[in-house]
Amino acid sequence: MGHTMESRRLPAGKYFMMGNVACAEGAIAAGCDFSAGYPITPASEITHTLAKRLPEVGGYFLQTEDEIGAICAGIGASWTGKRVLVPTSGPGISLMLENIGFAVGVETPVVLVNIQRGGPTTGAPTMGLQGDMIQPRRGSHGDYEIIALCPSSPQEMFDFMIRAFNLAERYRTPVFVMSDAFIGHMREEVSIPEPGEIDLMYRKIPEEGADLSKIKLFLDEDVAPMPIFGKGFRSHVTSSCHDEHGNRNLIDPTALDNFINRLRNKILKHRDEIVQVESDYDGCEVALVAYGAVARCAKEASYVARSKGMGVGYLRIITAWPFPEREVQELSQRIKRIIVLENNSGQYYPYVKAEAAGRAEVTFLPPEILGQVHDLDYVVQKVEEMLR
Amino acid sequence: MSSVEHPLRKYLRPSVEATTFCPGCGDGTILASILRAIDELGMTMDDFVFVSGIGCAAWIISPNFNADVLHTTHGRPIAFATGIKLNLPEKKVMVVSGDGDLTAIGGNHLIHAARRNIDIVVICVNNGIYGMTGGQVAPTTPREARTITTPLGSIENTFDISRMVQASGASYVARWTTYQPRQLIRSIKKAVQKKGFAFIEVVSQCPVQFGAKTGAGNAVQMLEMYRQRSISVKKAAEMSPDEIGDRIVVGEFVDTVKPELCEEVAILKERARGEG
Repeated sequence: MGHTMESRRLPAGKYFMMGNVACAEGAIAAGCDFSAGYPITPASEITHTLAKRLPEVGGYFLQTEDEIGAICAGIGASWTGKRVLVPTSGPGISLMLENIGFAVGVETPVVLVNIQRGGPTTGAPTMGLQGDMIQPRRGSHGDYEIIALCPSSPQEMFDFMIRAFNLAERYRTPVFVMSDAFIGHMREEVSIPEPGEIDLMYRKIPEEGADLSKIKLFLDEDVAPMPIFGKGFRSHVTSSCHDEHGNRNLIDPTALDNFINRLRNKILKHRDEIVQVESDYDGCEVALVAYGAVARCAKEASYVARSKGMGVGYLRIITAWPFPEREVQELSQRIKRIIVLENNSGQYYPYVKAEAAGRAEVTFLPPEILGQVHDLDYVVQKVEEMLR
Repeated sequence: MSSVEHPLRKYLRPSVEATTFCPGCGDGTILASILRAIDELGMTMDDFVFVSGIGCAAWIISPNFNADVLHTTHGRPIAFATGIKLNLPEKKVMVVSGDGDLTAIGGNHLIHAARRNIDIVVICVNNGIYGMTGGQVAPTTPREARTITTPLGSIENTFDISRMVQASGASYVARWTTYQPRQLIRSIKKAVQKKGFAFIEVVSQCPVQFGAKTGAGNAVQMLEMYRQRSISVKKAAEMSPDEIGDRIVVGEFVDTVKPELCEEVAILKERARGEG
C-alpha cells in the first residue's frame, strides 16, 4: 500500500514538542528538501528528526565528515534549487564561517540554525548561552550583512523556520536562526497550522531561454534571479570578486566596492521587510531589551514591575541582524533608561548603547550566573535597585 | 580572409580570450584533455556541472568552461560537489583542483567522498607545490626538495595520493603525467562513464614555482623527466619500494564496480515512502 505525500505531513493541531523537533518540523513545513549536518550537542535532535522525516517527503539528510562538509554540501544543494537547512551549535558554526561568507558572496539561500551552548571552546554543551551573537554578523572575513532571527519558544522554533526560509529565498542569502540549549531542549505546546495557512516564498530563477547576457545574475540590490545549475544557464559562480554577470574581476577596486556594497545594500535596502521587534513601553521610563530565551524573562519582569507601580516596559529583539537601529533609536527617544538583558557577558549591549548614545542611559544585566536563564525575582529586584 | 575555429573552442565561454596560466604550465594540457574526452564521448557541456576549489588548477574550469561552474573555497570543492550530485544525479559532476586543495586542506572530504563512492569525477592536478601563493612546500613535495618554506630541503614524507584514494574506496583511480595526454584522455573518458567515485591524479609541471625553486628546470626538462621516470603500475608491482624510488607509477590503480551513493539514496527514499 502506497503512502501519499499528504499522509507524511505532520497533521495540523497542537503538539507537546521539543524546540529542536519543532525546528525540524518547521523546516519541513517550509519546504526544506535537503539538509546536511554533523553530530553536535545540543542541536542533534534536529538532525535526528530530519534524518527520519526528510526521506519521507522526498528529501535527504546527509551526515557529513565535518561541519565544513555540511555547509558546503548544503550550498551545493541550494545551487541545484533545493531548500536547505544546516543545523548545528556554536563550534559547528565556527568551522562553517568561511563558507557562510561564500554563501553571502555568491548569493545562496541557506538556513542555518545555531543552538547556542556554553563556550568558549568545548565549553558546556548542554548549557544554554547567548554566546555567539556577534559571530553570524562578523564571524566570516570581509565586509557583509547577515540576517539573524531569535526564537523564544518551541512554537517560534517552528514559525521562525518558515520565516527564515522565506527570507533566505527572497534575498538569496544565508539566514541564521539563533536559538540556544534552553529553547532547543524546551518542551512546550506547539501549534502546527494547516499547510494552506503557510505562505512560502520561492527564489526567482531566470526564465528558461532568457538571454542571460542581458540580465543581472548577481549583485542586484533588488535581488537577481538565481541561475541554478542543471537548467542550461551555464552559470559562472565564483567566490572571487565578480561583476553582475559573475565575471571575475581582481584588478579594479570599483568592482570590489560594488561586490561589497551591492550585497550589503541588498539587505539594508529592505530592512523594513526584514527587521522585526516586539515592544510594549508606552508611558514607561525604563525598558528592558532582550532576545531569545532571555526575552521571556524580560517581558515577564516588565509586567511584574508594572504591577508594583514601576514604569518598566520592554523591547524584544526578534531580528538581531540587521541591527534594528530605527527601533532602538525610537526607544531611546521615548524612555530614559534601557537595561539590556543577555545570557552572556554583554555581546549585543554595545550595539544598543551606541545606538542610544546621548539619548538614554544604557546598562547591562547578565544573569546571576552565566549559563542560567535570568531569574525573574532577581531581574525585578535588580530593576528596583537601579530605579531607586 | 576566412578563419578556422579550434575544434574545442565551442566548449569555452565566449567571453574568454586568454588563460591565466604561466608559460609552460601543465594546466593547458589538462584543460584540453578534459575537453577532448568530453568531445570524444559525444557529450555536451550541459551534461556537466564543474566544481573547483582554490589555486591555479581551480582556474582550469573557472571561468574557461562554458558550463555550470562553481568556483568555491580552498579545499572544499568535493564537499560542494557532493551536495550538487545528490540533488542532480542525472548530471555528471566533475571536480578539477590541485593537490594542495584536494589533499592538504581538503583531504578529509576527498577520503570520505571516496568512501561513500559518490558518482563524482575528480581530476587532481598534482604539481607538487603551492604555485599560486608562491612556491610553498605541499604534502606532495618530494623529500629534500627546496621550496620557499623548506629552504633547507623538505624533511617530510610525500603523499601517495592515488594509493590513498584507492584505500578509501574509490571505484576508479588512475595516475598519469602531462607527458601522457592520450592515456589521460582515455582515463577521463572512463572516469566520466564510471558509476562511482572516479579519481585521476595528473602529475603536472609548474616550471615557474616547482621548476625554479627545486631546480627541476623548465617545462621541457620537467616533461622529459616525466618521460624518463614514468613506469607502469604493472611493472611497479614487480619492484621493491627501493627499486621504485623516485619513479612515477602511472596507469590504472582501480577499476571496479560497487554500490554508488546516489543510487542508494534513491532506494532509501523509496523505502522511506513505503514504495520499496
